[in-house]
Amino acid sequence: MKLSGAEIVLECLKREGVEVMFGYPGGAILPTYDAMTRYPEIHHVLVRHEQGAAHMADGYARASGKVGVAIATSGPGATNLVTGIATAMMDSSPIVCITGQVTRGAIGSDAFQETDVTGVTLPITKHNYLVMDIHELPYVIREAFYIARSGRPGPVLIDIPKDIQTDKIEFVYPEDVIRLPGYQPPQTASDKEIKAALELIHEAKRPIILAGHGVMLSGAVQQLRELAERAQIPVALTLLGKGAMPENHPLTIGMMGMHGEAASNLAIQEADLLIALGMRFDDRVTGNLKTYARGAKKIHVDIDASEINKNVRVDVGIVGDLRSVMDQLLPGVEGTSHAEWLNRIRDWHEDADERDIINRDTGDELWGAQVINDLWKFTGGNAITVTDVGQHQMLEAQYYPHQRPASMITSGGLGTMGFGFPAAMGAKFARPDEEIWAIVGDGGFQMTLCELATAKQENIKVNIAIINNNYLGMVRQWQEFFYEQRYHATPMFSPDFVKLAEAYGIPAMRVERRDQVEESVAFARSTDGPVLIEYVVEAEDIVYPMVPAGADLDKMIRRPKPGESAR
Amino acid sequence: MPDHKPKKYLLVALVENKPGVLNRVASLFRRRNFNVDSLTVGRTHKPHLSRMTIAVDATRGDAFKIHMNLLKLINVVDVANVSHEPHVSRDLALIKVRANDAESRNGLTLICERYPARIVDIGPEVAIVEITAQEDQVESLIDELKPIGILELVRTGVVAMGRGVRILDSDYEPVSPITATSEAKSYEVYSV
Repeated sequence: MKLSGAEIVLECLKREGVEVMFGYPGGAILPTYDAMTRYPEIHHVLVRHEQGAAHMADGYARASGKVGVAIATSGPGATNLVTGIATAMMDSSPIVCITGQVTRGAIGSDAFQETDVTGVTLPITKHNYLVMDIHELPYVIREAFYIARSGRPGPVLIDIPKDIQTDKIEFVYPEDVIRLPGYQPPQTASDKEIKAALELIHEAKRPIILAGHGVMLSGAVQQLRELAERAQIPVALTLLGKGAMPENHPLTIGMMGMHGEAASNLAIQEADLLIALGMRFDDRVTGNLKTYARGAKKIHVDIDASEINKNVRVDVGIVGDLRSVMDQLLPGVEGTSHAEWLNRIRDWHEDADERDIINRDTGDELWGAQVINDLWKFTGGNAITVTDVGQHQMLEAQYYPHQRPASMITSGGLGTMGFGFPAAMGAKFARPDEEIWAIVGDGGFQMTLCELATAKQENIKVNIAIINNNYLGMVRQWQEFFYEQRYHATPMFSPDFVKLAEAYGIPAMRVERRDQVEESVAFARSTDGPVLIEYVVEAEDIVYPMVPAGADLDKMIRRPKPGESAR
Repeated sequence: MPDHKPKKYLLVALVENKPGVLNRVASLFRRRNFNVDSLTVGRTHKPHLSRMTIAVDATRGDAFKIHMNLLKLINVVDVANVSHEPHVSRDLALIKVRANDAESRNGLTLICERYPARIVDIGPEVAIVEITAQEDQVESLIDELKPIGILELVRTGVVAMGRGVRILDSDYEPVSPITATSEAKSYEVYSV
């Protein structure tokens, strides 16, 4: 069967099981858009800006565990994807981006809408391709999906010149990926490594598990729980590790790091063993590396060999697929108890509860933490939340406990403002039966709010919760702590979000009192299609605790207890 | 482990002979802030494989990081840190020196005799000296030639190979997607 390059692209996507792709047409990708008319089984979502397409593909990938697909034209279309690609790279999210390129003969001539997009995206993709021979095309697409989802997942970009999209060849689908001599994702650990890890686990008196995104990516959620329960080891979560262990589990001690639970951070600093599973010791997690967990031996399991000993020097480094490694490890793990250690952590938690704003009567004020906690309460804790970046993101991590894997989606590594809303839409395509909330700030939402039109056009049932404090809240918090309260360029004008939503034909509501939150959730749930709710919260909020950047992990700025004065 | 003393490491990378691979490697070094002393690349006896020798100034830990990051590149087939094993390394230099009087010509000849170096071109004004040797020998020849007057200098950078039967190779045979139906099509410039 003779197919054009464009048809080969779609034929291959179909065979990869792609059901939806997010994109924006343009000159150099038009042959592929034209061929879409012959492939109605792949739904195309027209975005309003290509960045949105990349974030939607990312959200789709994180919610489904499958590869998300974004498609754009050459030049500006391709460069608009860049932020979304970098976001996916930092958070190991499998997406494939397809971009049109000018015809082969025009490459290098500064043709209209020409950009060297493989050059631009080289450092922010797991791999990328510029297809210069149509016979390569089926292989390249097969490889791209394989590379994106295997090993440590990540974004792959395929740049396809326009004349390759229109050329025709006899189509043969490559059943196997056979052209990657330099790519063999690691699988299992050696017996020696397992033995060394077990020895440390059995010797430890104050062990702690640090669970990251890799737990979910490798499907090791059950194994993690087994390890924790059998050896009675407390589990701290990274931001992207939320959902790896149910947060109502008695052994889950909460998020770690800059805005983590004080108990988690203190426990890490006092531990005699860190068992780091599928996490990468990001600076937001470790604070000052020189003083980080000084008394602890360290076991680190990661699928990416370059992560071992990158930031933190470890005693046992195991490169492998976490689930396979855990399956090797678990038979050797002896049942034990660490009652004293767990009690000590419990005491820290009680101290934190005393400080918690959620346990205080705040009168007429409405605080972000209260909104998030009420959203948790009134959604039964079962929604999939997709956050943007900033104070509301950290408040979500603190006040919306998650019980299931992949139920919280957020831009962790890159911290991409504007991610939340489009990623939530992508997540809805992946999990159409789930209740999806995009929890965003007034700043980040305005970066990608053009996608309101996409939500309306596609009638995507996403509930948008804007936590509006009329500031770039997290930046303002830094200015308050570290720049003598010079609030420069952080007070923020916003449009009337309710009227804005109405202009798009999207039902909306403004909430200014705490007793309206329940009603707002009911309104969102009972309304068809996208809904926007603006929560007007106290302007000068602070996310506690906070480890200042580069400070020791246990040197947190804490919320004063009632009666204590602020620092 | 004392880890902060930078030292020279020689990494040998077997890479797919594809466009852009050199760029990927170079980009990696820039992006991760690794210091490259020299980087050479050339074909091997297998047309689909090229080989790079990368000399880096790094701590032991950084050399390991570079090794792991190189392996992470999809087009890098294998990497060996030959500094950890007995190896042969060579650097080639062409050095144009002043040779316009008897003193300089005699000096040149005497110096070259003590090195694996030879004069490959000589005229009334200048001569070109070629040396193929270990890097430190090349350095010391350059130092000796300086007083005579170096006018131009080019070096290939170090190439290296582990000694003995530990072979850095790959069984991989490329599968050509070009089927019988393929017609060699010339590129045409369409309207963009």
